[in-house]
Amino acid sequence: MTQAAQIQEKGNQLAHGNKPGNWKEYFTFSTDHKVIGIQYLVTTFVFYLIGGVLATLVRTELATPESDFVSREVYNGLFTVHATVMIFLWIVPAATGGFGNYLIPLMIGARDMAFPRLNALAFWIIPPTGLMLMSSFLVGAPGAGWTSYPPLSLVSGKAGEMIWILSILLLGTSSILAAVNFIVTIFRMRVPGMGLNQMPLFCWAMLATSFLALIATPVLAGAMILLSFDLLIGTAFFNPTGGGDPVVYQHLFWFYSHPAVYIMILPIFGMISEIVSVHARKPIFGYKAIAYSSIAICGLGLIVWAHHMFTSGTPPWLRMFFMITTMVISVPTGIKIFSWLATLWGGKLDMSSALLFGMGFICLFVIGGISGVMTASVPFDIHVHDTYFIVAHLHYVLFGGSVFGLYGGFYHWFPKITGRMMNETWGKVHFWLTFIGFNLAFMPMHKLGMEGMNRRIAEYDPKFATLNLVCTIGAYLLAVSTLPFIVNATWSWVRGKPAGDNPWRALTLEWMTTSPPPVENFEVDPVLVTGPYDYGMGSRAKDVDVPFSEADDPALSAGPSSTLRAKPDPVVAANPSDRGTESHNRD
Amino acid sequence: MNIPSQITTLLAGIILTLISFWYGQNHNLLPVAASRNAASVDNLFDAMLTIGTGIFLLVSGILIYSAIKFRRQPDDISDGPPVHGNIPLEILWTAIPAILVLGISVYSFDVYTTQGGMDPMDHSMAHGKAHHPMAANPGSAVAATLVAQADPNQQQAESVLQDPATNAVREDIPQRKDAPALGTVSPRVGASPDNSGTPPQLVINATGMQYAWLFTYPGTEVVAGELHVPLDRDVLINLSANDVLHAFWVPEFRLKQDAVPGRQTEIRFTPTKAGEYPLICAELCGAYHGAMKTIVVVEPQEAYDSWLQSQQVASAETRDRAVAGTVHPALIAANPATLTDEQYLAPYAHDMGIDAAMLDQLRPHQSHS
Ligand code: HEM
Ligand SMILES: [Cu+2]
Ligand SMILES: [Cu+2]
Repeated sequence: MTQAAQIQEKGNQLAHGNKPGNWKEYFTFSTDHKVIGIQYLVTTFVFYLIGGVLATLVRTELATPESDFVSREVYNGLFTVHATVMIFLWIVPAATGGFGNYLIPLMIGARDMAFPRLNALAFWIIPPTGLMLMSSFLVGAPGAGWTSYPPLSLVSGKAGEMIWILSILLLGTSSILAAVNFIVTIFRMRVPGMGLNQMPLFCWAMLATSFLALIATPVLAGAMILLSFDLLIGTAFFNPTGGGDPVVYQHLFWFYSHPAVYIMILPIFGMISEIVSVHARKPIFGYKAIAYSSIAICGLGLIVWAHHMFTSGTPPWLRMFFMITTMVISVPTGIKIFSWLATLWGGKLDMSSALLFGMGFICLFVIGGISGVMTASVPFDIHVHDTYFIVAHLHYVLFGGSVFGLYGGFYHWFPKITGRMMNETWGKVHFWLTFIGFNLAFMPMHKLGMEGMNRRIAEYDPKFATLNLVCTIGAYLLAVSTLPFIVNATWSWVRGKPAGDNPWRALTLEWMTTSPPPVENFEVDPVLVTGPYDYGMGSRAKDVDVPFSEADDPALSAGPSSTLRAKPDPVVAANPSDRGTESHNRD
Repeated sequence: MNIPSQITTLLAGIILTLISFWYGQNHNLLPVAASRNAASVDNLFDAMLTIGTGIFLLVSGILIYSAIKFRRQPDDISDGPPVHGNIPLEILWTAIPAILVLGISVYSFDVYTTQGGMDPMDHSMAHGKAHHPMAANPGSAVAATLVAQADPNQQQAESVLQDPATNAVREDIPQRKDAPALGTVSPRVGASPDNSGTPPQLVINATGMQYAWLFTYPGTEVVAGELHVPLDRDVLINLSANDVLHAFWVPEFRLKQDAVPGRQTEIRFTPTKAGEYPLICAELCGAYHGAMKTIVVVEPQEAYDSWLQSQQVASAETRDRAVAGTVHPALIAANPATLTDEQYLAPYAHDMGIDAAMLDQLRPHQSHS
């Protein structure tokens, strides 16, 4: 029986590139999107380790109720820089800059990004900015939290605060440059025959992410500039002593920072869609529903920001408005979750490390989503706002969500990026250590918060000692859990089993060239002989067993004639029944 | 589909539902509920937890079942069935969550209204003059005036308004409608619907500053570092902050409100269980944020009255000495709870170059503030 992957590979023999890349490039100002992608991934991972060290220091302080490990000022600096590093130097640049850069051109069959030099510039802003942020520990780290609310941020150490503002401005600039690049690349550089509705879902996710970054980041930049005026030359935009209003800052800040959480999770959603489908050997369930729900999240994500401000003096009708929009945004998110479950259902799961992290992601992200709906409810949020319940919630979405997804991405695309396989046994050890450590570290925080432990404190009531100790043990386990990954990745990069072009037998175009792909990726334009998710195509006639489905009606069909499917290019489609309709993106 | 698998699905569904309902009622995650509206917040949480548990069990059940049941055989390299999606199913799992979250929204709205969140701004409460609780309170008025002193704008406004005619003309400027001082009034948790329109039975002013809460009891000269409230009385707290953001949080009341410098806000509740509960600052306010907590003592009216009396005696005794600025700042930082406001403020007054004579002069201005 011929398999979908064989069909797609056969159709793309001409496109297949042959000369693998040169690793020395990785240390230069290269404009190759793959080099830049790897530069992003490695750099941000180093920052992840730094952020992890800061987290471990935070948890060490919190192992006991007294403030006995670092001074209170340093403690505030630790969690402020920890959060800033994790968000702005790890998740955002790793997901968009790293995977986005590496994968988008390959997935749409392009030779590079639309603006290669801009791309390199966006990357090279990051390492010096990261170092600058770290150097703030020498002059007194910023200590007003990653939210940096005035008036506190105006009175707690000018130097550190100014370094923080500059870092955010620079990293924001980098993120805007990258966003412009992705939007243009995705709209203009798709291979002929690939319409928007035939792109891999990761491309849809990056499109939504880039729009969010483009719309929201300038507002943050504005807020940062005003804040620096208040800080340096004594204006009073946000300073009540001069008639300013601190609540205005909160609006500006969250107008960016809520969309920012979607900037951190949407690309991961895209990656999970790829991973789940390939490793379950089944088409993604409801391609169009997933694609459009990313766009819905992008739109709704811009009008929920004040749910971070339910207790800071938001008028009642606004609280209700933001409560309802926040509740509604869980609907498109739910669509994705159920679609992934339906994709897994009845598949042939290979239970590789990539899939394990993907399934771990679904499990943990659902918990974060549920606690998110709870905090959207105003009366309950009034109780838990600014407590450890929030710390638990945000780590379930950012760590259980984004970080698990990124790990899944590393295991899934490592063979393409390096040309070698990672060790599966160590991958599984890594997964279980991370999964257990994570739940130990963060599950108890829900209870702590509801019982009365507020966040951002260096000392706490002794009645919370036991649960906090559990959290700290979990955090140490998490710290240890990165070791198998680092060793596995380094060792496999040098010595791993050669991967071949398409070890997972996937259908998206990045797998249709050598691993690692050559400069310019493809010899000639690749083509969509099958759709990006046409697994099981070899046995096309098979009646699918799905409730409510009718094989012939496109609206009701669950099989290949479903309207929800991403179709191949009708000009070159392998299956005769896919031919003859309109071909997109060809002139 | 054969019958046994339908039965197992049904059974699994029933067990999942039972576990969710059981856990929703027996989670033991919240501290005692000590205010009149706390129980309704808890019921809301129970409901959300029930639904949440159900969804979590469903999702993780499917994940575990798939991991076992649909695991690929080692030598099987064929693909799974070509299922591409199904619109009726998509509609189903769009509609069910949509109905659930809309239900939760309506329920939350209802709880929020009983809590007093929708209570319209009652200007008689916030509007200065004779009946404003703040104006009637010498303690906080001193504090307010001290802050005002540092603010030339406010100073000028006050001196201009000394003239009765100007005062009358400017009756309607927006700030004055909303607040006795400059800045705006923040929306807050107000009266529950059955109390709406009726004045609270007790008004207390709370001021947050790095790193303590100060409570003043209008009509008395008492300034205390801990909050005492009588049991079963409808209490209104006027909240503001002197320096940075703080937040007033009593977990047992399920209530929280930020205190924003430059803004006035309030929080209204009825304590229903006698006891001592932590009163925590829940907004990062600096290095000692974690130490910024005190207690709220809920006690029967008689106990409350005698506490207030003892505080009044104590404050009368220490006032003169304190106004002269002889109390060492370190002492004050050590325990604001036992000090009067003058005592507490003395070092600040000293820093600002305000002497006892000036302070005395300030007193008659209270009614104008
Ligand atoms: C290595 C595992 C991690 C541990 C043990 C950890 C621990 C903590 C702790 C204890 C806090 C609370 C600090 C406080 O409020 O006093 C915190 C805050 C935070 N963490 Fe993490 N964290 C980890 C990973 C991450 C990751 C991967 C992200 C994001 C992508 C992240 C984002 C944040 C954010 C945004 C805050 C809020 C900081 C603030 O309140 O300003 N953390 N973390
Ligand atoms: Cu948000
Ligand atoms: Cu505080």
